[in-house]
Amino acid sequence: MTSLRAEEPSSRLEPVPQPAGEDISAALAEQIRRAAAVRQPLRIVGGDTKRFYGRRTAGEALSLAGHRGIVAYDPSELVIVARAGTPLAEVEAALAANGQRLAFEPPRLGAASTIGGVVAAGLSGPRRPFGGAVRDCVLGATILDGRGQALRFGGQVFKNVAGFDAFRLMAGALGCLGAILEVSIRVTPAPRREAALALEMNSAAARAWMAQLMRRPTPLSGAFHDGERLRLRLSGGEAGVGAALAALGGEAEALDVWDAVRDLRPAALAGEGPLWRVSLPQTAAIPAIGEVVAWDWAGSLAWLRSGAAPDAAWAAAAAVGGHATLFRGAAPAAEVFQPLAPALLALHQRLKAALDPAGVLNPGRMYGAL
Amino acid sequence: MLDHFEARLDGAFGPVDRERLLARLARVLPPERLIASQESMRPYESDGLAAYRSLPAAVALPADVGEAAGVLEACRELGVPVVARGAGTGLSGGALPFPGSVLLALGKLNRILDIDPLARTARVQPGVRNLAISEAAKPYGLFYAPDPSSQLACSIGGNVAENAGGVHCLKYGLTVHNILKLEALTIEGERLTLGSDALDAPGFDLMALMTGSEGLLAVVTEITVRLLPIPDDVQALLAAFPDAGCAAQAVADIIAAGIVPAGLEMMDALALKAAEAYAHAGYPLDAEAVLICECDGHSGDAEAELAHLAQICRAAGATEIRPARGEAERLRLWAGRKAAFPAMGRIAPDYYCIDGTIPRRRLPQVLARIAELSREQGLAVANVFHAGDGNLHPLILYDASADGELARAETLGGAILELCVAVGGAITGEHGVGREKINQMCVQFTPAELDAFAAIKAAFDPAGLLNPGKTLPTLARCAEFGAMHVHGGRTAFPELPRF
Repeated sequence: MTSLRAEEPSSRLEPVPQPAGEDISAALAEQIRRAAAVRQPLRIVGGDTKRFYGRRTAGEALSLAGHRGIVAYDPSELVIVARAGTPLAEVEAALAANGQRLAFEPPRLGAASTIGGVVAAGLSGPRRPFGGAVRDCVLGATILDGRGQALRFGGQVFKNVAGFDAFRLMAGALGCLGAILEVSIRVTPAPRREAALALEMNSAAARAWMAQLMRRPTPLSGAFHDGERLRLRLSGGEAGVGAALAALGGEAEALDVWDAVRDLRPAALAGEGPLWRVSLPQTAAIPAIGEVVAWDWAGSLAWLRSGAAPDAAWAAAAAVGGHATLFRGAAPAAEVFQPLAPALLALHQRLKAALDPAGVLNPGRMYGAL
Repeated sequence: MLDHFEARLDGAFGPVDRERLLARLARVLPPERLIASQESMRPYESDGLAAYRSLPAAVALPADVGEAAGVLEACRELGVPVVARGAGTGLSGGALPFPGSVLLALGKLNRILDIDPLARTARVQPGVRNLAISEAAKPYGLFYAPDPSSQLACSIGGNVAENAGGVHCLKYGLTVHNILKLEALTIEGERLTLGSDALDAPGFDLMALMTGSEGLLAVVTEITVRLLPIPDDVQALLAAFPDAGCAAQAVADIIAAGIVPAGLEMMDALALKAAEAYAHAGYPLDAEAVLICECDGHSGDAEAELAHLAQICRAAGATEIRPARGEAERLRLWAGRKAAFPAMGRIAPDYYCIDGTIPRRRLPQVLARIAELSREQGLAVANVFHAGDGNLHPLILYDASADGELARAETLGGAILELCVAVGGAITGEHGVGREKINQMCVQFTPAELDAFAAIKAAFDPAGLLNPGKTLPTLARCAEFGAMHVHGGRTAFPELPRF
């Protein structure tokens, strides 16, 4: 994606100049072309901080870490464009310097974490139910397909319905449809006021109460239960946050509690043994496949510690309209994501073949059959 | 004119005996829901882009999902193209019938199946009108956020097909941000569930891919939408500016100040005069441009935000700031804006609505260039648009009965869209590519990118039966239309000879 700085910027807020970074797209394309010619699987790597997530891919590393740099950032456009290997921390620092942030608040799983990896993994943080998912904020992506061709989908504008939204498709696709070279992301201004509080309430009661609370306009930006207490975060205007604080009561907390929630560091999530992430309708019962150690997303995302057989966990999650992921602790080569219905899996395979005909990009990273 | 499909440029389908097709469809649909006479098919010959007209082989009006599946099965068997249609309000010719096709009109699938106030979701059929969802949710204190100007008539199925926006999408997002789950039928006879009742789903994000796919991938038969709590307070103001550049500057300054208003709309002098004459909204007629700004939320915050907006507008050169006092005044401000399109009917026999998106900072430059293009073609252009999103809606005024004016309007429209691409924007913000902008797709995308789209389509619809001749140009079309266009510094089709 070329930088589209105005020759005559009209805004008083000028685009922020960025260090040049490094563009290694030609070498990456060449590596994919060579691999495709001999059907050599490639393991796409950014900072390799999410190696534990999903299935393992054997293959030669296709390292995006060297393809880095913020390409364009104009705060008045609410859009940042960065090469895939740009560290997440660098992107967030540039945004913070201008009072902006990523609405989807991705988990920071290590200093090496890259923006390309964030988009490819598609993991959204505690703000997800209130501020949107990774795919909601992706405005465009340039990818290398399985032939090594650079393809640009979407762009740098919020409203764009030209062609299929193939850029949103890249969010959470774990690199199976293309190696992300560059992404443009919609960013959001930081709120005027934020506050955190904790309430003594058991898990089930808190979950039921959240559903009631969310029927009314409340400036929530996080609702997490750590097994003992309900943690709430409020973000918005002075008056709205002030009124909600007064109405909700509870005990004030430091906002950095939410850094830990965001980065999956709460004590409840630590420890050994298989950890399941169950995404489910807010009003559905949490499937009884193990011990509910915490929930996030106002009750739409449950974390369970369980040695249950994966098939049983998937069946229980499906029964309540949700889906389960064996987030940590899977056996080598085992499936970790909720199985797809046969017609849907076949469609996934056809889509993969459409963009990666030789099947070299992260084969088996999401499903063994993909 | 793009209403004439050409086999060479749009793809060809084998000949089908029309009697055989009708007999096959009669096995699926009762006679009252299978329209085949020319006269009765007239209402379906165009969508909201009325300049393009074409008749299908038949119009099918399924009353349930089983019948819709039956129609698709019949068409697959016979190799007949299918064009899905909702309320027919689309502005890009996306529901324009393809010759020899079956027009699958989904208006009878119009039931709200379920509203769950606790989960804040509604499960609806595709023919349900956009506004009907918010009306049904209102008793629960909830609403469905995307509100395209046609929301009284347009259907949610069409909204999904186009990823429709509206005047409040700067804050509340587009259709894709406000839906959870789709049920869809493929032409291959599969029933797919895309997305889920949870906030994400396993596998690729096919719900997002389906949204905005303009009827090319599958036919959506059920939609689960997210509902939001109705905000406590809504406030609006109108700011008048002595020139459009100042107004555009104010827009950039508002966003840069960290404000995300619920709505931020601009109208230029010509649009303003037309809208005022039509809707009597009380607009200042001496202004060269106005902004309508709306803030919502807690009343204290909406008020503070609006005051801040007013201050920014004044600093950018606003000559008048007029806050709406009370709900009636606020609605009157919007009535004029929402009536801007029909109002054009008063000042010109025909108008052609363009829909491009640009980076906000390019607004002054693009508006100036549109004015130049307008003079070059000798056709007036009124500008009404979603300024906060950088989504332009230039309205080209012309007279279809005057020799050559429609052709000039199309040339001007094409030039405006190419200008949008040149400054880093897109050829369509919310109306879709449809038939109208199929040539400009060759400007927006490279042949390799168009190939990738075609491959994605083929993964759903290998025979290419769903909505052919729309959205995705064939490479033959691009070779013919796009030969002289340069894309992102790369010349498209470098192998072709130039004069």
